[in-house]
Amino acid sequence: MGEVKVLGAWPSPFVMRARIALNLKSADYEFIQETMNPKSQLLLESNPVYKKIPVLLHNQRPVCESMIIVQYIDDAWPTGPSILPSDPYDRAIARFWAAYIDDKWFPSLSTIARAQGEEARVEAIKQVISGIQLLEEAFEKCSKGKSFFSGDSIGLLDIALGCFLGWIKTTEKMAGVKILDPETVPHLVGWAERFCADSAVKEVMPETEKLIAFAKAKFQPPSK
Amino acid sequence: MADEVILLDFWPSPFGLRARISLAEKGVEYEYKDEDLSNKSPLLLKSNPIHKKIPVLIHNGKSICESLVIVQYINEVWKDKPLMPEDPYERAQARFWADFVDKKLYDCGTRIWRSKGEAQDAAKKEFIDCLKLLEGELGDKPFYGGKNLGYVDVVLVPFACWFYTYETDGNFSIENECPKIIAWVKRCMEKESVSKALPDPHKVYELVGFLKKKHGVE
Repeated sequence: MGEVKVLGAWPSPFVMRARIALNLKSADYEFIQETMNPKSQLLLESNPVYKKIPVLLHNQRPVCESMIIVQYIDDAWPTGPSILPSDPYDRAIARFWAAYIDDKWFPSLSTIARAQGEEARVEAIKQVISGIQLLEEAFEKCSKGKSFFSGDSIGLLDIALGCFLGWIKTTEKMAGVKILDPETVPHLVGWAERFCADSAVKEVMPETEKLIAFAKAKFQPPSK
Repeated sequence: MADEVILLDFWPSPFGLRARISLAEKGVEYEYKDEDLSNKSPLLLKSNPIHKKIPVLIHNGKSICESLVIVQYINEVWKDKPLMPEDPYERAQARFWADFVDKKLYDCGTRIWRSKGEAQDAAKKEFIDCLKLLEGELGDKPFYGGKNLGYVDVVLVPFACWFYTYETDGNFSIENECPKIIAWVKRCMEKESVSKALPDPHKVYELVGFLKKKHGVE
């Protein structure tokens, strides 16, 4: 299937999306850890528009933007299990929620770490939790009683949300809040366990302790 | 069984226009419902409870929201005249540029008519930079889709009816800066699906004038 490289960084949930998709297709790839400060020549050349990770390099041709990479992997490895549903309406629903996660929900999650002051933090946490409630309802509708958003196996929407599970756990520990609360979102709690245990996910999901150390260094650097 | 297709939309919306052009390209008959965005219909609120926004495509009672999701849905259900390339890599490129238009172009375009002075100058520069990148991607092709309209054409061309507003408010000429884009717009307007859908740019400008007064931007 050609030479495959993923340019990324281990803490990034967006990079994880690409790696999970490749794992689902049993595709071998080289993981190149991007230096970021300064950005490597390879990154600047392969993603001149945004200069961001992840970048997938398939036979040296770059594909950028994580959800576009995931759909590309599904198209380019047609013999593996399907990542997108086959029915056009189910595909539209998966794409809708993936867009919601990226445009609305994730920005509220990242606001928690950057919030200035207690009021802003509390508000950001509220938004994340109400978003998770919507996703719980989406899960009930999409999964139709099965294990994942996509049914029996991991698909587009599972990848779109599941990649944030490490960061959700990190935020819960650091902010002292419960986001995946079994009382309010029991289906998602069950789904999260199954997702993290999946063979396509296990080896690329960073340990929470490592993410906490990373977050502390990034968002709360020690004062000079 | 005949398909029931309804589109909830707002006449100048570039996002709604994407759906209209796609449906026209595919020859799909549908019922067009124009929404009063200051007084949203119960149908809109019911079919897009999360965002409460247009466009919404309702196909045999099922709602599809978000313009890029709608265009891909239309393309996948009505398979004649495919909007997406066959090749997975070219498909990824089409998705990338459509996403770029959404992330960048709409935002800076809106900032051109909503702001003044330095902020407006910055918005103009960003807008032109975006169009230049898009010119580069078009290259020598007649359309982004090659010989015919494709996904990126459908996603981008609706902004053409807003160009007059950006140019007049921003006091600049898009043709001077990005002649290839204007040439591409003219080619798109030769297609009935585009020329019949796009509203008169002067009407869009009138509406923006009205909105500016309403929001106190003068």
